[in-house]
Amino acid sequence: MRKKAVNLGEMRASTRVMAAGTAVKPLTAETAEDFAAQEFACVVEKHRPQVFRFLLASTRDVDLAETLTQECFLKAHRNWKYFRGESSAMTWLMRIAINLQKDHWRNRRLQFWRQTRINSVDVDEASDWLPSGERTAEQQLLAREQVRQVWKAMNGLSERQRTVFLLRYVEERELSDIAAATGLSEGTVKAHLSRALSKVRAELGGGR
Amino acid sequence: MSWNKKNTDEMQDPVSDTVLDDALKNFRHSVHAWSDAAYSRPRTEMRIVARSGWRLAAVWALVSVLAVGSLSAGLYEHHHRQVLAQIRAEQEAHQRQLAAQERARQADEELLATVDSDISRTVPAAMEPLAQMMDEGQGQ
Repeated sequence: MRKKAVNLGEMRASTRVMAAGTAVKPLTAETAEDFAAQEFACVVEKHRPQVFRFLLASTRDVDLAETLTQECFLKAHRNWKYFRGESSAMTWLMRIAINLQKDHWRNRRLQFWRQTRINSVDVDEASDWLPSGERTAEQQLLAREQVRQVWKAMNGLSERQRTVFLLRYVEERELSDIAAATGLSEGTVKAHLSRALSKVRAELGGGR
Repeated sequence: MSWNKKNTDEMQDPVSDTVLDDALKNFRHSVHAWSDAAYSRPRTEMRIVARSGWRLAAVWALVSVLAVGSLSAGLYEHHHRQVLAQIRAEQEAHQRQLAAQERARQADEELLATVDSDISRTVPAAMEPLAQMMDEGQGQ
């Protein structure tokens, strides 16, 4: 394997701490790569379910969400060395996932005739998923109806509004994280959220 | 938020914040439940997708065969009709030719009969009175 010099100044903070702590052994390219691989494996294990959940909620298609999640981590793996830790790994991964999803819809719109199968589940089917808590049948029914109305409202949102809405209310991300993941300003994120909420309110009001 | 502002917001929004919060919470729980179930599902379903892929390929193949078959049948039928029309046209032309030949033959026969008759009735001037008598005798 080719040996290469490691610039400690360019390494992430966590790597630097470890390098400083293990000053006994010199840091070679191999050990740095091993460390990066382990670090990436941890990131995959920790964040994969969240990325999958976001993509599932965006597409309502389990197979597509799995495919896009795989593509997201493949892309992340290829570019892991360029990740400088300016934002959290989750925000960085979400950014990749959002771009992949955008590319997917763009390609699908252009090449709709190539896509013969559509696996997205409908709103009613998606609303069937509810945690089995200690609820009465009536409460379950009400909750299901509310979930259905939120899904229905989501159908009327623009792609950007939907992304922002999901990151805020499903993934519970901070506004600054959402802004970093979407590449928008916090003000724009707030505006999208406000519009999305108005539509959800209207749907909930109309459904009652 | 002042009372007036809050009151105006409530008038504009038919749904109270509590209902909205409940709905969003239920939605979040629903998506999490669905995602957890989908994430931990056995991956054997990939085979189902693959099988449905084969099924799709088989359907496409069947549709292609049917399309090619229909096209071939159409072309064959068209060609067959053209051949039949050609044969019919040839037969009609042949019949027309036969009819024309028959008409020509009849016309020749009629002409020959007229000529024979004219020739047989042409006699020298000196024999003309006698010929007239023969004609009258034949008429009686």
